[in-house]
Amino acid sequence: MATDVVVAVLMIGGALMSLAAGIGLARFPDLLSRMHAATKPQVLGLLLFLLALAVENGTWLLVPVLVLCWVFQLLTSPVSAHMVGRAGYRTRHLRRDLLTLDELDDVVARAAAGEAEAHESPQPDPAAGTPAIGGPVPVDPAVVDPAAPRAPGGTGRRARRDRA
Amino acid sequence: MSRQRIPLITELPLVVWLVLVWGALWQDFGVGNLAFGAILAYVVVNFFYLPPVELTGRFNVLWLIPFLGRFFLKLVTASAEVFWLALTRGSRLRNAVVAVTLRSHSDFLVTATGHAISLIPGSLVLEVDRSTSTLYLHCLNVASADDAAAIRRDVRATEAWLIRIMGSRDDLAALRAEGVRR
Amino acid sequence: MTVVMYVVGGILAVALAFALFRAVRGPSILDRVLALDVVLAIIGAALVVNMVANRHLDNLVLLVTISLIGFIGSVTVARFVTDRK
Repeated sequence: MATDVVVAVLMIGGALMSLAAGIGLARFPDLLSRMHAATKPQVLGLLLFLLALAVENGTWLLVPVLVLCWVFQLLTSPVSAHMVGRAGYRTRHLRRDLLTLDELDDVVARAAAGEAEAHESPQPDPAAGTPAIGGPVPVDPAVVDPAAPRAPGGTGRRARRDRA
Repeated sequence: MSRQRIPLITELPLVVWLVLVWGALWQDFGVGNLAFGAILAYVVVNFFYLPPVELTGRFNVLWLIPFLGRFFLKLVTASAEVFWLALTRGSRLRNAVVAVTLRSHSDFLVTATGHAISLIPGSLVLEVDRSTSTLYLHCLNVASADDAAAIRRDVRATEAWLIRIMGSRDDLAALRAEGVRR
Repeated sequence: MTVVMYVVGGILAVALAFALFRAVRGPSILDRVLALDVVLAIIGAALVVNMVANRHLDNLVLLVTISLIGFIGSVTVARFVTDRK
């Protein structure tokens, strides 16, 4: 009986988290605020549901699978939130009138100015750290990605990758 | 293949994790199953090559437990807050994009901090500047500069916790030098 | 317990309706993919409710799979949107 009560409370809590996501999706004004509502309460919601399942089942052998399930969600949900958020910001899918503060905007503006400068001169940027790689500077971002060693003057290359 | 060999000690955490995943998925932690899982994990790690994650070689479990407690507390309160905002505030919501400069320059720690911050509802990592280890966060319901300052303090506190758990010795020394601030 | 199951099912259905509303309405493709992400999470929740209600563990593999690969869709769309500008 006691377990039934616990299970019931946990499941209703989890369902309310899903409801929070739903209402947030429907009511929030722009993409990025919807994203907060959509991706985050699910972490707690899934945890509550998995706890309910564990309590109801009552076997310890189930716990590792459930932990694994939750850990997978912990690992993946920030990744998708970051990717969607970044895409949303870059493609201007947010309402700037709702922002009280935007500290990324001037950084982007400065980077855009730097890019315009770089396009005027045909020479590659001297800070690009060519000797560290040897050979031509890779342009494909996938080539530059994490496997490449970090050159001391890596900021130039890094900036280029950001703009790509 | 021209890639360099990775010493076994670097890939050991990954192998251990894969073995645990294997055991959990079969719901069987018997010796035979784990041994087979270890063989599979070794093959996977060596044939499906990933760039090694540079861990810092420190891991302090004593700090981990209070960190998890703080994390769960924040998870619950912040989820409830998002729910409340969705119900009451709806479309009259003010947000902000806040830049937070972190202390550590280790990719691993910046990633871990960003992950922990992203998991707590109300903040979201938009961009990362790796050269200055600055996180650009999109935060829900920020009305004033004070709120933004509070978020900055909170993120740096989260980073301090993570440094205490698994930061490099240099980062830890820098944190100590900064004085005991939470 | 049956009452609780109906309550939980009802809440999930309302949440699903809101999410589908955003998926249909959403002005941009990112809104839609986000809404479908929530739909997937609600499906996961429904799988757990089903397991608790009928006292079996058949959906466990599905649940792990959903939590593992559920993010691939939104990441793919996000990349696609960023690259095309």
